[in-house]
Amino acid sequence: MRIVIIDDSGARATVLEEGLRDAGYEDIHVVPPRGAFVARLERMAPDVVLMDLGNPSRDTLEEMLVVSRALAKPIAMFVDQSDDNMIGAAIDAGVSAYVVDGLRKERVKPILDLAIRRFSAFARMQAELDEARTQLADRKTIDRAKAILMSSRGLSEPDAYALLRTTAMNQGKKLVDVAAALITASDLLGGTS
Amino acid sequence: MTPIRIAFLALTDAAVLIAAREKGFAEAQGIALDLVRDTSWATLRDRLVYGQVQAAHMLAPLAVAVTLGLSQQPCALSAPYKLNVNGNQLVMAPDFAAALERDAAVRLNDPLATAHDFANAIGLHHRKPVIGVVHRFSSHALILRYWLASAGIDPDRDVVLRVLPPSLMVEAMRAGEIDGFTAGEPWGSAAVEVGLAEAVAAGERLWQRGVEKVLTFRTDWMEQHPDLVDGLLRAMAGAAAWCDDPVNRVELAGLLAQPAYVDQPAELIERALAGRIVVRQGEAPVDLPDFILFARDATPFPWRSQALWIYSQLVRWGMVEPSAQAQARAADVFRPDIYRRALADSDAPMPGASMKVEGALLSPLAIGAPKGSITLGPDRFFDGRAFDPDRIEEYVAGFPPRR
Repeated sequence: MRIVIIDDSGARATVLEEGLRDAGYEDIHVVPPRGAFVARLERMAPDVVLMDLGNPSRDTLEEMLVVSRALAKPIAMFVDQSDDNMIGAAIDAGVSAYVVDGLRKERVKPILDLAIRRFSAFARMQAELDEARTQLADRKTIDRAKAILMSSRGLSEPDAYALLRTTAMNQGKKLVDVAAALITASDLLGGTS
Repeated sequence: MTPIRIAFLALTDAAVLIAAREKGFAEAQGIALDLVRDTSWATLRDRLVYGQVQAAHMLAPLAVAVTLGLSQQPCALSAPYKLNVNGNQLVMAPDFAAALERDAAVRLNDPLATAHDFANAIGLHHRKPVIGVVHRFSSHALILRYWLASAGIDPDRDVVLRVLPPSLMVEAMRAGEIDGFTAGEPWGSAAVEVGLAEAVAAGERLWQRGVEKVLTFRTDWMEQHPDLVDGLLRAMAGAAAWCDDPVNRVELAGLLAQPAYVDQPAELIERALAGRIVVRQGEAPVDLPDFILFARDATPFPWRSQALWIYSQLVRWGMVEPSAQAQARAADVFRPDIYRRALADSDAPMPGASMKVEGALLSPLAIGAPKGSITLGPDRFFDGRAFDPDRIEEYVAGFPPRR
């Protein structure tokens, strides 16, 4: 069974490919959706194509599935439309899978299940990473604002923080937004922070 | 507040949805509108078909195609409201366009002559030109095929049609992957602005009232939620009138320009909203006042004859096997009955009929309607043919046979 993963993000493709190899699939190819990827795909004649539901290249791929003479068999997005649960899970996880006609459901289901799990895990990881990055950036901004208050108003660090927090609460804003505004204002006024 | 999620693509013709959310028209109907942006039509289609969103800003031919089972999972879709008419343009790289009429206004205003110039330009080009189209089942692709064929160009043999999402067209031009493209605004103007392309044809000059994006629901969901659907349509009607009012143009362009929506410069977006089409970088624009419409001349009314015109083109290009059943299902995608139910108590234009001969009006026409009279705009096709929805077979047979 030849599986092609179309993906821009090296990390997600790797996560998925590893999972498939662990499950005993060997004929796996990762193709980035760039340039003449459709021609490459045509030559590969895959049984299953996996890609991110939101991948912008899906329109191009689907057009190829319609007009290609090389692919004798039609390819549907899901092999068995009666399995609503699995399709729902795939859509929620952001998986789209194109499967050649005639491939038995039992043979495709484990691949899809695995893709769904790996996509979900990857999305979770990504979200956690984004959150960590945001937190770090926020903390840096708040630290800078505190430093400005400490040097310009002679406040202690806890007092500077308390002033920022009270201001944010009074204005119904996020602490980090108040801190950012303070930094901007200080920069405009020629402050050294 | 009832939440409704609607998927859209980054295009100027998502304006009515965006205004409905940003200018409070949805909120006034008790609807919390959540707009989900996608890049490709396949993703938008799947979100709608598999229920991640309740409605979508959809290419009218795609709604017909999904209903007929031509685009992945078959699913009955319904379009009770048109979000706009017109708004597309075909642009080509300057080296290709060099063989076309130089005078910008003449080039746009005489599409039949330009099609013949285009045929010559193909001969002069070093290879088959590659033209980006947004989807096989798009108004752009259907009218492009129609226009090319009018000059004896076989769209499946003499050119290469490459499918790409609209927002990726400019990059594909820059990378030399395509020689031109047809897409909704602002993407044509964006390519012209940076000198990558010249305008070659404007949708409005090919079909003066060309069916374009429709507000689309899954039919079962629409039927289960009549009150919500009616409220949403009333919000759309309010937003559409706001979008069409020239007084609001600058503000609308500013809304669309936001990163979460179209994410392109407001001036560029405003230009097409005002019907000013720049053919070549740095040149004075050509005025096309009907370049894109949202409300006036009963724009939102889903004429069943327009769904049938789409069907006729699918038949013409061999994309669907003609049958009485397919024809009836195609016509049923457009739902004037829902439009009438939702907007009965509003001042929205309300034609008495649901079908008309398309392409028969050479100038604006006042027609009788249940509540006073309404005006229909000219709806001529560039070649002067008229589409009678009662004589589809004859209409399709009237085009020169494909070689």
